[in-house]
Amino acid sequence: MSRAAATPLLPGLRAWWTMLVICLEERLAYRGDFILGTAMRFLPIVTQVFLWTAVFAATTRSDIAGYSRTDIVAYYLLTMVTRAFSSMPGLAGGIARSVRDGSIKKYLVQPVDYVSFLLAARIAHKLVYYAVALIPFGVVFVICRGYFPPVPDAATIAVFTLSLVLSFLLGFFMEATLGMLGFWFLEVSSIIFAYMLVQYLLSGHMFPLDMLAGVPTGLAGVSVADVVRWLPFEYTAYFPAAVWLGKIRGAELARSLAIETAWVVVMAVACRVAWWRGTRRYSAFGG
Amino acid sequence: MARYFSIFLTFARACLVRDMTFRANFVLECLTSLGWMSMNLAFYLLVFQFTPEIGKGTGWTREPFFAFVATGLIINSIVQALFMPSAEELTEMVRTGGLDGVLVQPLDAQFLLSMHRVDFSSFANGLVGVGLLGWAVSRMDHTPPATAWLLYPFLILCGVAILYALVIMLAAATILLGRNQSLYDFWFYLTNFSRYPAEIYAGPWGGPLRALCTFVIPILLVVNVPARVIALPLEGQAWGLVWLAVTAAMASLVVSRIVFQTALAKYRSASS
Repeated sequence: MSRAAATPLLPGLRAWWTMLVICLEERLAYRGDFILGTAMRFLPIVTQVFLWTAVFAATTRSDIAGYSRTDIVAYYLLTMVTRAFSSMPGLAGGIARSVRDGSIKKYLVQPVDYVSFLLAARIAHKLVYYAVALIPFGVVFVICRGYFPPVPDAATIAVFTLSLVLSFLLGFFMEATLGMLGFWFLEVSSIIFAYMLVQYLLSGHMFPLDMLAGVPTGLAGVSVADVVRWLPFEYTAYFPAAVWLGKIRGAELARSLAIETAWVVVMAVACRVAWWRGTRRYSAFGG
Repeated sequence: MARYFSIFLTFARACLVRDMTFRANFVLECLTSLGWMSMNLAFYLLVFQFTPEIGKGTGWTREPFFAFVATGLIINSIVQALFMPSAEELTEMVRTGGLDGVLVQPLDAQFLLSMHRVDFSSFANGLVGVGLLGWAVSRMDHTPPATAWLLYPFLILCGVAILYALVIMLAAATILLGRNQSLYDFWFYLTNFSRYPAEIYAGPWGGPLRALCTFVIPILLVVNVPARVIALPLEGQAWGLVWLAVTAAMASLVVSRIVFQTALAKYRSASS
């Protein structure tokens, strides 16, 4: 049923630009709500900073899993940046809802590719978010500059930037694929919630994943951290932060980047396949 | 009052019937809720792998801290079950004009808007909280006196009252902003401060923050006071905190009522 029109380059770009502008205007329609939501995202990190400061105050250790007190604070701040790229609030739920209420059918009869539209909408969402969040992010990072190690070399910054872009794509395709399960299941909110739980725990959003290095899996010589490294989740929070802090270097860095890229490709293909197969079995009645 | 209680029971019964109609969904919601809680408990267990205590000399060692966590679970499950589902609905009601229908009812608008939905699956965490509390208290070095057990449920209610007032004020913000999709996020982020012992907020930044979250937005009193009464020796400063929690609960309810009424007075219908 899906029909991706073969569009020449210029009209295709124009359609993308229009989609971007529409989404920008939509995001700015409720500015108060949006600014409030952006500013609030800093609140959880405050408690984490105080928690770990209290933990370090009560222990004789100088570091925990290779992280000093300042490293941990820097880590949480950097995961905020990473999550600003990889988190996709409302994406999976929105897709599932549009399948359920039938509003997705307009994308089936219009010469607009749904996945591209969603991607443009998400880029617009992120652009507005960064524009609004730049000031609070800047203020927090300037205040907390003492927690950070010296600025890494240009190559590390380049890898960090690349990992952020990949984390955005990975987050997008994972959530979009999840939302397309709506073609098969009437209600996917519980699946989304379960995904969010796993994501929160295994992405490194909750704590640096190096802390799992001492947690055994039951297999000889294999820790939970070893298993998590092969999953896509850590690339949406832990990996870019660890790159900036110099926790991952050399061959391990190259291997991690390759795993992240592979996951982006796998999830992009999974998203396309889910869309093609989903729209093939989708049926809508009435107006 | 009796009339309102009877109406609330009718709402609760209707919600229970609805939940039991979709039993599988109900069980799934309980499980996901328990999953979130288990994940947090796993995190705290991991933290105690690296430290014997949260904050040096604070007394929040593993078992007292888990009594603290259990108290938080009980209070939050009550609020999540009784008030949050209704408050979440309000965000769309304001935007779509559905609030008009509530305002013409011959009942108090705040009551109707904050208590018409009950989410029974949220009580699952509370039940686990009670179990966790029993486990933690039975393993603590210090045995809570009878006074502590008498005060504990009362202070739990004070904590619920403070959070309810917060929900109401966030709902009022919804009315003023026209839309507040961030309501639930804000709730989550703000209650995040209450998830840890107040002693962690120390130092040049922590001190003022602790004062702000105790005296201005009394979120730190919600879990800290009942948890301290049950998990740490009941002496000296603890009594002052008990009085502070009671005063804060009453003041929060009064202020939230005024704020909500003021917001309603500014409401302009969105419907045609």
